[in-house]
Formats: sequence, structure tokens, C-alpha cells
Amino acid sequence: MITQLLATEAAHAVSPPAIFDWVWLIPAIMAASFVCILFLAKRLRIDAHWFGIAAVGACFLFSLAVAGSWIGYVSDASHGEEALAPGEQAAASDLFVAAAAADEDHAEEDHAEEGAHAPSVSCLEADEEVDHEASAAPGALAFAEAGESRASPCPVVNQVSWFDNGGPTEEGGADINIGTLVDGQSVMLLVVVTFISLLVHIYSTDYVHGDRRYTHYFAFLSLFTASMLFYVLSSSTLQMIVGWELVGVCSFALIGHWWEDRPNSDAALKAFLTNRVGDIGLLVGMTILYFAAGKTFDIGAINEAATTGVISKNTALIASLCLMAAVMSKSGQFVLHTWLPDAMAGPTPVSALIHAATMVVAGVYLIGRMYAVFYVGFGIDGGTFNAMAVIGGLTCVGGGALAFVQRDLKKVLAYSTVSQLGYMVLALGVGAYTAGMFHLFTHAIFKACLFLGAGSVSHACHHSFDMKADMGGLRKYMPKTFWTFIIATGALAGIPPLAGFWSKDEILAGAGVWPGTGGNGDYYVPFIFGMITAAMTAAYMTRAVWLTFFGEYRGHAHPHESGHRLTVPLIVLAAGSVVAGFLNVPSTLPVLGSRIGLWFEHQVEPAGIASFPTISHAKASFSLAIVATGVGLLAGFAVWSYYKRLYRIDRHAAEYTDHWIARMPVLRAGHTLLVNKYYLDHLYTGVIAGSVKGWVARAAYWFNQNVLDGVVNGVGIGTAAVGRFVYKYVDQAGIDGAVNASGAGASESGQLLRKVQSGKVRQYAVLMFGAAAVLVGIFIVAV
Amino acid sequence: MENAFLQDWGITLMVFLPLVGALIMMLVPGQQEENHKTIALVSSLVTAALGFWLAVDFYRLGSEQWDTLHYVVDRSWIDIVNARYLVGIDGISMPLIALTLLVVPLVIIYSWNHIPDPGNAKAFLILTLVLHTGMLGSFVAQDLVLFFVFFEVVLLPMYFMIGVWGGENRLYAAIKFFLFTLFGSALMLVSFLALYWLTGSQTFSIAGLAELVAEGDLSDRAQWLIFGGMFMGFGIKVPMFPFHTWLPDAHTQAPTQGSVILAAVLLKLGTYGFVRIALPILPDAAIDWAPIVGGLACAGIIYGALGCLAQTDMKRLIAFSSVAHMGYVMLGIATMTDFGINAAIFGMVAHGLITGMLFFIAGSVKERYHTLEIKRLGGLLVQAPHLGWILGFTTMASLGLPGLAGFWGEFPAILAAYEPAAGISTNLFRVYMVIAAVGTVLAAAYLLWLLQRTAFGSPSEEFADDPHIHDMVFTEWVAWVPLLILIVVFGFVPGIIFNLTDPAVSAFLHGGAP
Repeated sequence: MITQLLATEAAHAVSPPAIFDWVWLIPAIMAASFVCILFLAKRLRIDAHWFGIAAVGACFLFSLAVAGSWIGYVSDASHGEEALAPGEQAAASDLFVAAAAADEDHAEEDHAEEGAHAPSVSCLEADEEVDHEASAAPGALAFAEAGESRASPCPVVNQVSWFDNGGPTEEGGADINIGTLVDGQSVMLLVVVTFISLLVHIYSTDYVHGDRRYTHYFAFLSLFTASMLFYVLSSSTLQMIVGWELVGVCSFALIGHWWEDRPNSDAALKAFLTNRVGDIGLLVGMTILYFAAGKTFDIGAINEAATTGVISKNTALIASLCLMAAVMSKSGQFVLHTWLPDAMAGPTPVSALIHAATMVVAGVYLIGRMYAVFYVGFGIDGGTFNAMAVIGGLTCVGGGALAFVQRDLKKVLAYSTVSQLGYMVLALGVGAYTAGMFHLFTHAIFKACLFLGAGSVSHACHHSFDMKADMGGLRKYMPKTFWTFIIATGALAGIPPLAGFWSKDEILAGAGVWPGTGGNGDYYVPFIFGMITAAMTAAYMTRAVWLTFFGEYRGHAHPHESGHRLTVPLIVLAAGSVVAGFLNVPSTLPVLGSRIGLWFEHQVEPAGIASFPTISHAKASFSLAIVATGVGLLAGFAVWSYYKRLYRIDRHAAEYTDHWIARMPVLRAGHTLLVNKYYLDHLYTGVIAGSVKGWVARAAYWFNQNVLDGVVNGVGIGTAAVGRFVYKYVDQAGIDGAVNASGAGASESGQLLRKVQSGKVRQYAVLMFGAAAVLVGIFIVAV
Repeated sequence: MENAFLQDWGITLMVFLPLVGALIMMLVPGQQEENHKTIALVSSLVTAALGFWLAVDFYRLGSEQWDTLHYVVDRSWIDIVNARYLVGIDGISMPLIALTLLVVPLVIIYSWNHIPDPGNAKAFLILTLVLHTGMLGSFVAQDLVLFFVFFEVVLLPMYFMIGVWGGENRLYAAIKFFLFTLFGSALMLVSFLALYWLTGSQTFSIAGLAELVAEGDLSDRAQWLIFGGMFMGFGIKVPMFPFHTWLPDAHTQAPTQGSVILAAVLLKLGTYGFVRIALPILPDAAIDWAPIVGGLACAGIIYGALGCLAQTDMKRLIAFSSVAHMGYVMLGIATMTDFGINAAIFGMVAHGLITGMLFFIAGSVKERYHTLEIKRLGGLLVQAPHLGWILGFTTMASLGLPGLAGFWGEFPAILAAYEPAAGISTNLFRVYMVIAAVGTVLAAAYLLWLLQRTAFGSPSEEFADDPHIHDMVFTEWVAWVPLLILIVVFGFVPGIIFNLTDPAVSAFLHGGAP
């Protein structure tokens, strides 16, 4: 009696806010906006952007409310145990998933003296027979900050049946659900997507003003936002696949927005097809997980199956490798990144929203969503080397290097995005989950700022992005764009105290090799890659900033500052680039650390639940922060002085690399390699696509026309000859009459019909049925 | 409980109403084209309405009853061979009947101002209605002889449609179509007769035969051979690699309406035959044959896609894509699992809607440009924006984009191949799974390539100022919008079909009702 009472009370204390039941409205609103724009905007003569802005604005507010509720829910969950006396956990956990979290707190408290051994709590529903013994995670829950133990609430899942499969569920069939999953990770991205999308909508009203397909542009912007939110809120892997591809198709449509020009539609095709290659991995990987986790698409159930060992390590490894292929294509990882720079053919706000801030992080998000699977599969805990960390490392260095040889400002930013996405994957690969997610968060803000800044610049320069030919010295003409661009550049290069500094630093610490950082293992190689990237990032961004904003103006336009609708989003994002980093300062930081230290981590990273692996957290290192920042500043300074010197020699020169390159063969070879983008495009477009579309397809078709059809025609001619013989001597009467009669009914069409009906068919038919009769005889005798 | 009137007359009326329409049209002189169109449309709509009533009544029975046959009518027919007039509907046939009932009126609407050369609306529409009866009959028949008769009834009108109203090379295409199918039919008939004689059962009823085979009246070897015969008969109709070569010719030469019906419904007779007849009667043989069926399905997926990439003609490209798409359907069937067969039936409906739609578009493009040569086209979005966008939408659906119908035929089939039914080599099917997944990339490649060359870019000089090129007309809207809506609806609410087919599929896979 008392137990029940208390349990109910506990349930009340931590029951999920009702707003979580309504998050499905967020993608639904955007989808409605898409439909309205498509079918109503022109008819009602309302500018398309009003639908879009209203919808995305509403979604942004809704997302903020959800985020607020989530923050409250997290704090309730970690204090919920006060409502419950020891010993009553079992009843509570059966009653309510959230109560289970409170229950887990208890267990943790009970075991506090024994070195914080915390059993992970299953978040699956009670009727699925939660086995607490089995779900106890092995090993200690080593929370980063000593003395702190925390437990996250279970993700709040609301779902309805999508379709049945395999008969009634009670007879072993699977009920396949669709729904929403609210947890720290999805709420974080919910806010990011709606926030950036809102700013991009506002920005676009000016940027694509007067475009011939203004309405379509906003329709697809809405559809993209809807798809992305649908993806982010997915509660099942099947739903994720749907969202994943829908954002892809929006990307396709928006890259090819100006499809009159062949290069644009080529870029769109390339993006879609490259992603399709990765999708093979997605489809296969999710299929493997579906069966390995016991025929379920449920994200929580799959993750829990991974942590509890239901999915064997080998299976998890294969599935992880498959899913990595998908991540590589969607999130522009080496060697499937080649589509992303080409995707810059789309309008710039699209690049900011889709190809920098949101869609391209879908792959990173996927890793985070299925983190238990990757964690187990790649053996991230205690490892020194794994496919994810290596791919991430290669991507951040390889992508960064390519940024040096671009003369198109957007391409610099595109390769920078590739490189930074590599950073996130690297972070997740070394087990620094929060660092990866936090970098996703800060990167979305400052990279969107950079892209929109680039758009503002090109708006002033005749829609050119060519830094060498059409830019230079723009800081004098467009101060707002300049300063916001500088702030975002600082954030990207990791200059303290801007956003990127904090997230980058956490990733480097997370590699676990710097003395005193700890972490999940000794990831030397990824760490070195990360350090090199820190230097490269600062260097190529300094180059881009110099070429764009410093020196003399080299173009022929009359540059001017952009209007408010362009600059206000820039200022908002620049402000974000300044403050975002403070959301997750180390808890050891003086003054702030004790107040807001690791706030982001506490909101986003699940702890103590079975659907998330128990990861070790690295400690922040002051010396590492200084070294990393120093490396960046040094690299930036070196590039700066080079250009400064060049400027003194020739005020109008854009770059002076030719001189060096001509002298040094090694440099020349390196330059050629970079200019040709490691020859990957040649390999993909020229060799692979070229031969499949070319000689392979032609050979297959030749086989079809000459071999297969040759046989068919040969048989036809042969049979006709036999048929003539049979016809002449065997058959004239019965069947002939019947066929004629059937022909007579339709012979109205006159001349033509009679032509068709001329003989041949009748002969064949006779022969076929004759043969059939013989075959029946043979058959019956033979069997 | 079924409605009493529908129970006795529902199916029979539905099947033969189009024939009644055709009979009336025979009495009306050929010059009254409008009257013919009206009669044809009305009779197809009345059929559809009756079918809709049946569907609603069927739906009311509740999902626990969708696994068995309803509205069964069992009358003596050809006593001498014990062939009976035995018809019925269950969850497997329902979606395909609905598809047929939808597509035929749309084709007739489209024909309103698109009667292909050399005209003669009367004959053309009569043939359409005869086809209608044949297709519906095939989907309701539960007796092998009855099925065979309906299956063959379909053949002749299509033969004439291609041969009379087709393109330049129509005679070759029509004869090829006819003979290929007839050849398959002959082997199928052999199988049916062998079943009849060897079980000694004196029945042609599918359920009865299934029961007898399950009781062990037939040796394994006989089962294997009989399945082989059916495989040829149905496989040619599907068409499966390497028996597909009739299809590109038939499609390319057929008039638009013929292509639409051929793609939307006729091809499904083959796959439906597998699900309705071959698998339930001979489940063990199906498992023995699965590696071959699955292998040919995968070969078809890749081969069809490569064929598409080599095409220079829009319509021929779409025709080849059917080979690839039906490969997924056959792969699903070969797995012998719930997911696979549900996906196969979904795939049939989705392919019917999507490829039917693509052929409609190809027809309309041909009408405007008088050519379908891809390199001469371009800039469709400029000259006929709505047509262009619908082409874009349909290619996306066709390449299996999730959120649209095509996906649910494709991905679940791939998924099912990971773990086929007991007795089928898992390793082999996992290889098939990967091949099929690679096929999705090729599908995207040829469809987007088609879209890029035809819809994007600027119109070529040849057509830039052609006044004949206009955007969509009323009949096109009316005929297409239902298809487009259904493609989206099924994409987001796949349960409409899955939940309908699932009980019946799992019933025959896991025992229960025969």
C-alpha cells in the first residue's frame, strides 16, 4: 500500500512533461507548411516565405519549450530519488519508465561506498521483461568529475503502430512502430535545426529575392526542415532511414535549384548518387541490427541489445562498418566526401542550412543515436585505433588540406565543413561522445555564420565567390559582414573563448593521450590528426579571410554592405559563436566551472541507462588547451605574415604560390594532388561511373539484343519453319476454324487487324498446345 | 459477416460487368466515339464502385478474418474435368484487385483525347474492357482451370492492342509478346494437369490441391518439376531474367494505355501466380527452388538496371526498369518469409502505380515532342513545368525513395533476404541482399540520369518554339492525380497494404487456414 503510494508519488515527481507527447507536431507543422506553399501560396498570392517563416518560427518556439521541459525533466530525474525510500524500487520501475531512472539513482546511492558501481537501467517497457541482473553494466561508471554521480532519465518514446508483419504480434510477428523519441540528443538537434532554419528563412527572403522559383525554393526549405526534424525525432531505425533519404532528396532538389545549367544538375546528381552508395551500408546495417536485436527496429531496444551483449561483438562490428559507409556519404567523410564541395552549386543559404549545419551532421547524429552499437562494435573502450576514429582523422586532415588550394570562398568553407565533420566523427570514435555532440552544436552555429557571411560577400560582388578575382579589401565596404565573419572564423579556428575552442579542446582531451586527460583509451593517431587539423584550420581560414577582406579590392563591382535581412542573422549567429562554448566549460574552470560546468553534457549525454554505453570521460587539461591554441595561432600567424609580405611586394596580388611551386618538386606534386582533389573525382566519375554507364551497360545490352534475343528469334524462326510443315500436313480444320471465329469478333479494325492475324500466330498456338499435350504425356510417364 | 448480396453476386458481377459494357458497345455504331467512351468509362466506374463496396465490406470483417477467402462462390462448371467456378477474395488478392479497378478507369479517362493511331475508339475500348474482365478474373479465381482461362483471356486483347495501335515495329513486338507468354502458359498448363493427375484428387481447387500435397500425395521430385513448370509460366509473365526480352519490345511498341495496363497489372499476374498458386500448393518445392529464383531475381535487378543505363529511348528505359523492379518482388517471394512476401505484394502495387505513371508520362511526352529519344529532349520543366515536376516526383518514387510507395516494396525485400525461411541457404541470400542493395544505386543512377536529360536544362533548339508543347491537360490531371496521391499515401501509411496482406501471408506460410 505504502509502496504503491510512494511509487505513484515518485512517478509524479519525474513523469515526463506532457509536451513530449506533442513533439510530433514539429515536423508536422513544417510538412503542412510545405503543402501550403506548394498548393496555396500562388493561388492566394501570398509570398511563400510567410508560410515558411511562420511555421519554422512556431517550431523554434516549440523546440525551445521542449528543451526547457527536457532540462526540467533531467533535473527532476536526478533529484527524484528523494521521493522514494529505499527498497521500493521494483514497484516503481515497473510502473513507469521514468520511475526506473529514479530507481537507478537509488541503486547508485546504495553502491556509492563500493566505488560507484551503477547498474544501467533498462528503458524498455515493463512488459518486455526487464532483467535487472542482465542489464547491469559491467565495470564502473566513471564520471568525469570526481564525486559526481548522475543519472539521466530514460528517453521519452511515444509511438503508434506503423504496420504489422508476420501475423498477430502475440504469435511472434513484429509490430513496426513510428513515433517520437525525446532525449538530450534529439532535443539539442531540434533546437539547432529550427534555429538555423529560421535564420536561413529570414536571410533567404533577401538573398533569393526575385528568383524565378522563389516559391519552390521555400517549399523545399520547408520540406527539408520537416524531413530533418522527422529524422531527428525518429524512434525507430526504419523511420530514420525514411528521414535520412528524405533530407537527401531535398538536398538534391536544392543543389539543383538552378537546374538550367548543367553543372548544377550534375552536382545534384552526384550528391544523390554518392549518398546512395552509402545508403547500401545503411540498409544492410539496419537490416543486420533488426535481426540481431531480435526483430526490432526500436532504437532503444537495439542499443540495449548491444550493451547487454545480445548482439555479439562481431555482429556489432559488421553492422557498425556498414553504418559507417552511410555516415561517410552523408557526413562527407573520406572517401565519399566528394559530393559535398560540389553541393555548393546550390543557393548559399541552402549551403549554410543543409550542407553545413544540419543535414550533413545526420551521419554524426546517426553514430550518436546508435552509439552503443558502435561502441561495442569498434571496441572504443580501451582501444587505441578503430575505423571510426581513423576515418574521422583522415577526413579532418584530408579535407583541411584541400581547403588551401580553393579560390572559391564557398569551397573553402565546404572543405572546412568536411574537415570539421571529420573532427566530430573522430571525437565519437575515441569515445568522447559529448565532445562530438558539442562540436556538432557549436559548429552548426559558427559554420552557418560563415556560410551566410560568404553569401553576404557574394551578394556585394556580383554573385561571385572567386576570392582571387572578385574580392579583397572588403572589410572597408561591409563592416558588419566582416566582423561577424571574423568572429566565426575565430570560433572555427579555436581561439578562446569562442565556441569552437571549447568543443575542439574537449575532442583533443577525449583522445586520452595528453597527460592527465584519461578518456577511453590511448588514441595517439587520432590525436595527432586532431592537432594537425587545429593548425590547418587556423591557417586556411586566415588565408580565406585575408583574400576576402584584406588587401586591395580586386573585383569590378561596387561592394556595399548587405541589408538587414542578411546582416541580422549574421549578428545573431556571431553572438552565438561567442557564447555557445560556455554551455560546456570544464567543471574545473575557475569561477564558471562550479556553476555551469558540463551543463551541456548533463543535458545531452545519457548516463546510467542501458541503451547507452558506460563511457569514461576525459578531464580537461589546461596545458593541452594552451598548446592546441598556440599551434592554431602560430599557423594562423605564419599565413598572415606571408600575405602581409606579399601585400608589401604587390598590393594587388592575390597569391604568390606559383613561385614556390615551380621551385620545389615535392610541393609541386602535392599541389597537383590537391588541385585534383586526390584524383577521387576522376576515379568515381571517370572510371567507375563512366564504365558502368559506358561499356558495362553497353555490353549488358549487347548481350540482351544479340545473345538472349538471338536465341529467342532463332527459336521463333525455327519453329515457324516446323510450323509451316505441320500446318500444311497436319492441321487445317478444327483449330483453324476456332481461331478464325475469335478473330472475327475483333476484325472491325479492318485492314490492320487482318494483317496481324496473318497465319503465323495460329501456327504457333497450335504448336504450343500440341507440345504441351506431348509434354503432359512425358511428364506423367516420367514421374 | 459478409453482406448477403455481395456474398452471392459481388465477385461475379464485378468480374463480368466490364464484359457487359463491351457487349453494349458492340451494338453501338463505331462512329459514335463519345458514346463509346462514356459507356466504357461508366462500366469501368460501376465495376470500381462495386469493387469499392466489396472492399469496404471486406474491411469491415476485421483483420482477423482477412486470412481466409470470402465471398466464395463454388459452382460446377466443366464437370468432366472437375473444373469448378470457384472464386473468392482474401487479403492477398484484395490489393491487386483494387489496383486493377483503379487503373482501368484512369486509362479510359486518359483515352478520352488520346486514342492512339489508327483510331477506332470502339475496338480499342472494347479490348480494354475485355482485358479488365480477364485481369479481375485472374485475381479472384481459386480454381486452376478457371485461373488459366482468365490468364489467357488477358493475352489476346493485349496482343491486338500492341499489334494494331502500337509503334513502328508493332508486329514483331506483338508476336513476340504473344508467343513468349503462350509458351509459358503451355508449361504452366502442363504443371496444372500434372498436379491434377498425379494427386489423383479430381479437383483443380487451389486449396484442395494444397491440402493434398501437404498430406504427401506427391513425390518430392514431382513437386520440384511441377514447380519448375509453373516457374516458367509465371516467370515469363513477371518477367524474370532471362525470359524478359519480350517486355522491352512490347512496352516500347504498345500504345500508352497498353503500356500502362501491361506494367500496372499484367506483369503482376506472374508474381501473383507465385504467391497465390505456386507457393501455397508447393511450399517445399518453393524452398528448393528459392536459390534459383532469388539468383535470377538478383540477376534481373542488376541486369535490368544496366539495360536501362544503355538506353537512348525514354520508354524503353522505363520498360527495362520493370525488369529490375520486378526482381525485388521476386527476391521477396524467394525468401519465403512474411516480410519478403508482404513486401512482394506491396512491391506489385507500388510498381503498378509508379511504373504505370511513368508510362503515362512517357506517352504524354511522346505526344508533345513526337519523339522519346532522350538526347533530343530536355528542358521539360521549362516547357511543361507540371509535367516535369510530376516526372521528377515519379522518378523519385521509382528509385525507392522512402516516404513514397516504391520503398516498401524494395527495402523489406532486401531485409527479408538477410534471413530467409528455414531450409534456404542464409549465406547465399545474404549475398543476394547485398546485390539487391547495390541495385538501388543503379536504379537511382538511371532514373536521375533520365530526369536530368529530359526535365532539366533548357529545351533544345528543335523544340524551343514548338507551339505543340503545352503543359498538362484536364484528362491528364484526372487520370494521374489519383495515382500520385496513392503513391504518397502508401509511402507514409504502408500499413494500408501490409496489414491487409499480412494475415493471409502468414496463414499460408505458418499453417492455419489453407
